[in-house]
Amino acid sequence: MNPSKPAKLPSHQAYLPEDIALDYQSDLGEPGEFPYTRGVYPTMYRGRPWTMRQFAGHGTAEETNRRFRFLLDQGQTGLSVAFDLPTLMGLDSDNPLSVGEVGKCGVAIDSLHDMEALFQGIDLARVSTSMTINAPAAVLLAMYVVVAEKQGLALDRIRGTLQNDILKEYIAQKEWIYPPEPSMRLIVDTIEFCSRHLPQYNSISISGYHIREAGSTAVQELAFTLRDGIEYVEACLLRGMSVDDFAPRLSFFFNSHNNFFEEIAKFRSARRLWARVMKDRFCAKDERSWMCRFHTQTAGCSLTMQQPENNIVRTALQALAAVIGGTNSLHTNALDEAWALPTESSAALALRTQQILAHESGITETVDPIGGSYYVEALTNRVEVASCDYIDRIDAMGGMVAAIERGYPQREVQEASFQQQRQVEKQESIIVGVNQFTEESDVPMETLQIGREVEEGQIKALARLKSKRSTSHVRSVLSNLKRDASSNQNLMPPLIEAVRSEATVGEISEALKDVFGIYQEPLS
Amino acid sequence: MKGRRIRVLIAKPGLDGHDRGAKIVARSLRDAGMEVIYSGLRQTPEQIVKASIQEDVDAIGISLLSGAHMHLFSRILELLADEGAEDILIFGGGIIPDQDIPQLKAAGVKEIFQPGTHTDDIVQFLRNHVTPIDSEKGEHSL
Repeated sequence: MNPSKPAKLPSHQAYLPEDIALDYQSDLGEPGEFPYTRGVYPTMYRGRPWTMRQFAGHGTAEETNRRFRFLLDQGQTGLSVAFDLPTLMGLDSDNPLSVGEVGKCGVAIDSLHDMEALFQGIDLARVSTSMTINAPAAVLLAMYVVVAEKQGLALDRIRGTLQNDILKEYIAQKEWIYPPEPSMRLIVDTIEFCSRHLPQYNSISISGYHIREAGSTAVQELAFTLRDGIEYVEACLLRGMSVDDFAPRLSFFFNSHNNFFEEIAKFRSARRLWARVMKDRFCAKDERSWMCRFHTQTAGCSLTMQQPENNIVRTALQALAAVIGGTNSLHTNALDEAWALPTESSAALALRTQQILAHESGITETVDPIGGSYYVEALTNRVEVASCDYIDRIDAMGGMVAAIERGYPQREVQEASFQQQRQVEKQESIIVGVNQFTEESDVPMETLQIGREVEEGQIKALARLKSKRSTSHVRSVLSNLKRDASSNQNLMPPLIEAVRSEATVGEISEALKDVFGIYQEPLS
Repeated sequence: MKGRRIRVLIAKPGLDGHDRGAKIVARSLRDAGMEVIYSGLRQTPEQIVKASIQEDVDAIGISLLSGAHMHLFSRILELLADEGAEDILIFGGGIIPDQDIPQLKAAGVKEIFQPGTHTDDIVQFLRNHVTPIDSEKGEHSL
């Protein structure tokens, strides 16, 4: 199938009452009521502001721990862990494929010791932690559970979110390990485990952020993300879980890009669409199952290397759209992220941007301040209709895994990204400082440097760990893990055992690869 | 003798899965009439060098957003030298800060294209710097 040509939603000169066919109760509802178009809670930010959750991680666990404490000292209200690529791929720091990558775009975690160091001195009872980890999510969740236990925290008090969304990896970010079927099984295992033991923990963050970063339109971002959500719900139902046992803890993650009103409309229609899907398609009865609660990050791909201070302005506008759109938590990017990972001072400035919005702008004083705008309501309707069209198409293909296997969402996103590039190159789309209003500048930008000593240190620590721990015990828990992986057992208990035995992320992932195999991308 | 088109390998080394830029560059070079081979994700430097020799390419474009560029670019250049294939032109792009560029160029990378580059500039760069050589006949084609 040929990809459809991504079109910008056309705009009228001005919007009139007849442009919005709306029934207030069924299409908008009061804030905190179905279909939650106006927000998932009645009071929203009047109760308390959104969670300010800056994604952070670089170098060793000790360095990232320092950054976490710095951000908490600056008034950040939640943690969000960025792992390095070897960890995301389930490889230890001493794997030959990890050379040059250790600690580079996130923190290096090889074993339980690193995870303990990461949260050293941080009271996990008082802070919620989001982990962007995907393919090895179950392993890192097992580590987090053990670290929390060691801090004396009961499982039912653990709060946080697991970015445990493999489908968007196949579509967009492309950090996968196993094929779809065993990957879906691992995800259902974690959702099932969390629904039984971690009632305050968001067992998955179903993410459109990366789909948008890969070049999708706003509609594609929303449609593919919600269709991924449907796929996870169906998989949990097939396991025999009942929808209201797990759906209240499904959460979402969206991008906030440049087109201000379209983004606000996207957030509002996300809530309405998901509420309708959960109520009508899955017959959920618990109103918490209907709520699309989501985190937002401003658009990394909108940042420019040229005139980097402009990125502060872009980020502030994108953050404003996210807040007017009713996000539950927010990450604001730093001005230097088109160059490298943020420095301490640029990360602090990004957090200050949120604090200014929350405490100086007055936008927290009322819920859904833009509700009833002819334009935004018309856009909200249009984004919903266009997203439903995509969802119907993917249903007709037999679901998201089937669509991914034939390369459909991947091609749609690729085509959209290519068209956007063309628009920029033809100046049909303006990027300040890049294709207009340019200046010659060689002001050197001070960027964060991550040295080879991180890799060397991790490798030495792994060697020490392997010489001290009980090899026979590790061997036996890994063999139990493989046995359970070949059966229908929930893998969380043997993964927790493996983590406790000081088996490494790489060893555990290797054991699962032996049973599950590895994913091969379809040619496109 | 029929002229040969410029042959380019667009390569994604390391663990980085961000392929938006690599795919846009591959398609733009193809639209400009070049023969483009895309390596696919997560190729080792060894695999990339082997493919570039087997496919007899004139240039390798390396895309990296993960911060591992210093190691991976250098390793590819070393392996090309070992194979006596230094005539293959190396260029790159991605999240690569200014301060790393002089060292990469000194090591033999011909050009680094940072975010915001017009794809026409990459096409023009290759046309200016690559003269396709028909390796079987050892002659420059027209």
